[in-house]
Amino acid sequence: MNAQATAMTDQHVPTQNEESTESLLQIRGLKKRFSLSGDFLDQLRFKGGKLVRHQEYVHAINGVNLDIQRGEALCVVGESGCGKSTVARIVMGLITPTEGEIRYNGERIDNLSSRALLPYRKRMQMIFQNPYASLNPRMTIQQTLEEPLRLHHPDWNRQTVVTKVEEVMHSVGIDPDWGKRFGHEFSGGQRQRIAIARALAVDPEFIVADEPISALDVSIQAQVLNLLMEAQHERNLTYLFITHDLAVVEHFGTRVAVMYLGTVCEIANTATLFAKPRHPYTQALMSAIPRLEDDRPQHIRLEGEVPTPVNLPSGCVFHGRCPYTNARCKQEIPVLQTQDDGTRVACHAVEEGRL
Amino acid sequence: MNASSSVLPSRWERFRDSYLLYSFKRDIVAQISLVVFIALVAVAVLAPWLSPMNPYDLAQIDILSSELPPFWIDGSDAQYLLGTDAQGRDMLSTILYGARVSLMIGFGAVALQALIGVCFGLLAGYLGGRIDAFLMRLADIQLSFSTLMVAIIVGALVKAIFGGATFSAYAVPLLILIIGLAEWPQYARTVRASVLAEKNKEYVDAARVMGLRSKRIMFRHVLPNTLSPIFVISTVQIANAIISEAALSFLGLGMPETHPSLGSLIKAGFDYIQSGSWWITLIPGAVLIVLVLSINLLGDWLRDVMNPRLYKG
Repeated sequence: MNAQATAMTDQHVPTQNEESTESLLQIRGLKKRFSLSGDFLDQLRFKGGKLVRHQEYVHAINGVNLDIQRGEALCVVGESGCGKSTVARIVMGLITPTEGEIRYNGERIDNLSSRALLPYRKRMQMIFQNPYASLNPRMTIQQTLEEPLRLHHPDWNRQTVVTKVEEVMHSVGIDPDWGKRFGHEFSGGQRQRIAIARALAVDPEFIVADEPISALDVSIQAQVLNLLMEAQHERNLTYLFITHDLAVVEHFGTRVAVMYLGTVCEIANTATLFAKPRHPYTQALMSAIPRLEDDRPQHIRLEGEVPTPVNLPSGCVFHGRCPYTNARCKQEIPVLQTQDDGTRVACHAVEEGRL
Repeated sequence: MNASSSVLPSRWERFRDSYLLYSFKRDIVAQISLVVFIALVAVAVLAPWLSPMNPYDLAQIDILSSELPPFWIDGSDAQYLLGTDAQGRDMLSTILYGARVSLMIGFGAVALQALIGVCFGLLAGYLGGRIDAFLMRLADIQLSFSTLMVAIIVGALVKAIFGGATFSAYAVPLLILIIGLAEWPQYARTVRASVLAEKNKEYVDAARVMGLRSKRIMFRHVLPNTLSPIFVISTVQIANAIISEAALSFLGLGMPETHPSLGSLIKAGFDYIQSGSWWITLIPGAVLIVLVLSINLLGDWLRDVMNPRLYKG
């Protein structure tokens, strides 16, 4: 109880009960805000006869702590704009965080220079959402796949590179003869396979997949998802899987993190989360899954809209729409707390037993 | 890269089946422009072998045969098809050599513009932030001086400081430098705009995640995808550069009369137009117009083909 009290006062203390030494990737106290106000001259405003500097920010991520265990597929779900893609991009070093740190195998990586990051680039790779934009339209498939190999293995000779490209093309189910074609000659599913091949080419151990199947045709989604799962078994991969498709989560995820307005509100094993969602937002989310047997659906209706991330609500970001809100929720930001079944929930109502 | 060797035959096939060739086959104006342009470039390049005399060689010039009219007018000499100028130089030879100088300055200046403009545009667009602000303000400043004004000031200064002889000796590189430096913002702005559109695409993120350096991403990934607008403005810019050079020569700040370009030929002949020798100025003028027009028409066609809003491929 004491430990919990300290954790409540200071969000940046690494949360308890997590075997942090074993996890592959640790995200601690991550915050990211994007400026809306432009450059210095745009920020100057006249207010009451005085020239003041006016700055506005979008608070995309507000204190996220996550641990990704070796070999698991951690799915991050949440509605559009909740910051899940931003987390993925910060982990890959595409955006620098405003606060907080990212540790890979215990080593801090968020403040490294791009050269110092190079060895990690080989171990962490990313698959993007839109296969129509993620392949360079002016490069052949062969060139696209050879590029990472030549960069990370400058000592390999041409034959080794070609053999490796062929091997990785086979492993994702594309014909090596397609190498001299360009990306636009392929369908969305084939392109996404090529993008996966590019990520797998350097033999990574950790892959961030940012909604890798949401741009694909439904009939292709399952194929690509199965390909990702096969790759996980064969290569012992760890995934950070961003999605908003709960059916995919149930099929694919080892654990699930639910995000709302830049914060993680619940992390649980997939089965636990689907059987017994704790956080009021998770409960509403789960009740929204359409089911065949439902002729009288019991949807939890949330009132209102997601608040703007420019002016964050005080206390719990969900308090304006939560049916269990009390005075404490409006003032105090809840932190993730471990329940008896290992689920971690950030909710005062759950902590107080009101829910 | 050896990989390209296996791609080569299919590259020809791709060209054969491309929309570029398809639209070219159906555009008579583009075909004529290309033929005229290639013909003019060819005769200009081959001038030393094609022209009846060498206008740079004083020994071949006879002052007694000056101001002879072209062949279809009485009093012409069959030796000089298009007549002669005030110094007795064969107009045909002089025009061929002049077109050669004009084209050299045009292409050279555009190559310099493109080099500076593409590099600055890539840097500004891709890196953004302060570098972007600095380079774009520099471009704004540059654009607020008109090309001719910069060229006149620089040309006049060089002529005043180093003397007319030095100016004449280095006129070609100097004109390339002046016109090239004056017009780079056109390229920089166009390239920056396309880079801004390209750099948010996921293939650039993919290249960054791969760990490629910014330089390689800029030149290998972003630049090839901004080539179409670069091609289009290049055609316009070559025409502009040739005209700028002609205008400068006309003002006496371009090519000297001993090594005339089309512009300085027009200028040289202008003094004699009142005395009836109109061909000295009008024939080079017509060649200049045909040259610039063919380049502009080709550029128009290219812009229509490569504009993704008119054709999505």
